[in-house]
Amino acid sequence: MIVELAVLAMLGAICGLDVVSFPQAALSRPLVACTLAGALVGDATAGLVTGAVLELIASETLPFGASRYPEWGSASVAAGAAAAAGARAGALPLALCVAVPLGLALAALGGLTMVKLREWNARLAAQRLDALARGSARTVMGLQVAGATADLARAGTLALVGSAIALPLARWLAVQQEPHASWVVPVLAGLGGAVAGGAAWKMYHSTPRTQPWGLAGLAVGLVLVFLLAR
Amino acid sequence: MTTAAQPPFPTPAVPAVAVPVLPLATKLRIAVRLFAIQASWNYEVLMGSGIAFCVEPALRLLPGGQGGEAYRAALARQAQYFNAHPYLASIAVGALARAELEQQPPARIERFRTALCGPLGSVGDRLVWVGLLPTASWLALALFGLGVGPLGCVLAFLVLYNTAHVALRLWGLERGWRAGLAVAQSLAHPLLRKGPTRLARAGTFLSGVAVPLAIARLVGDSRAASAIAVAVAAGGAGVLVLLHGRVEGWRIALVVALAALAFLLVRHA
Repeated sequence: MIVELAVLAMLGAICGLDVVSFPQAALSRPLVACTLAGALVGDATAGLVTGAVLELIASETLPFGASRYPEWGSASVAAGAAAAAGARAGALPLALCVAVPLGLALAALGGLTMVKLREWNARLAAQRLDALARGSARTVMGLQVAGATADLARAGTLALVGSAIALPLARWLAVQQEPHASWVVPVLAGLGGAVAGGAAWKMYHSTPRTQPWGLAGLAVGLVLVFLLAR
Repeated sequence: MTTAAQPPFPTPAVPAVAVPVLPLATKLRIAVRLFAIQASWNYEVLMGSGIAFCVEPALRLLPGGQGGEAYRAALARQAQYFNAHPYLASIAVGALARAELEQQPPARIERFRTALCGPLGSVGDRLVWVGLLPTASWLALALFGLGVGPLGCVLAFLVLYNTAHVALRLWGLERGWRAGLAVAQSLAHPLLRKGPTRLARAGTFLSGVAVPLAIARLVGDSRAASAIAVAVAAGGAGVLVLLHGRVEGWRIALVVALAALAFLLVRHA
């Protein structure tokens, strides 16, 4: 368990660092981070399913510059790991009932910690404005290293705490006899779809002549759903 | 720094002047540093120290070398307040590195720096955060809905996104370096002018394909259950659109999901 948590904390640190500090390569997106965490715990598909639900929801929150948004990287690691742990112990739907809400809560908490980090970085920079005005390369380098290190520690801690809570809870809940388990996934899928649909409208409605493309895509999507479902 | 007699490739949008050649090692150092341009992002100078961090390898080529008077003055200038999209900031880094090495008047460099912030921020946000990122995400979700496995979905997403992401950073650095203070013309490049609209159209189409497909895979093979979940999602999306700006969907999702978890915990505790 300790080794598992340590590995998840490291993955969470990397994914959390990716959000802003380095390298911004979208490793922090739920679809990626959840799947990687799921694979580490032994069920990549459970991680992918959790990632898909959170990715639908995350489509609403885009990382615009100074705006405040949830931090999906470290949260998705804890969520994907919880889903995989629960799925291996018992049933994926019940594990999702732990993974998704805790993933969302951790993402919100992660967003708050990112704001605090930016404030801390600002204090650090403000204390060194004289050195920056003198053109000190050491100060410039120091600020970059301090910011990235603090971000790594922030994200790792979040993933560690989140996984330490979510994994045992998901393992316990997944083995319970629950007659209502069958409604869990449709509810989560509907929620994700609603948020994603609203997000797509918000993102694209102001761009001229996008509506026909959206309607055409929806028609293709619905036909495919009809053809693929039994 | 040496000066090439002819540019290696034609750049019609940029005045036909000889482009100085930046040593490969310096260019590589800058390119690697671009990925950490936001490592110390803060509410005091925003991306300012990140710009200084990225331009610094080029400043070592100034008369007097690393630590010289010109080097320190240029580094101090570049560490001031700056904001732009992190990927398109590479255009600013390239242009500012060239302006500093050409020892342009400091006031001119500072004016140029200030003028770049707005356009590089707004174009980058539309091109990447509203264009590239959601498009790659919808595509991966569509693949998920079509039954593609974990490796396929993750690889498709990462390869598509990062091919464009890395290319954009490197293109920006090269473009900025080649144009120097005339880089404003590069902002009219078709990639930046038409790219956001085209990506928005592709994203709109893919979102329409991806959302029902992803819901259907999550729900399972039942046509009826898929239809109900898609209808619920459509209704929910409609409500969110009507509430536009007043409430965020992810917060509602958080409350509903926590309520479901609390219900199950109470039942089984």
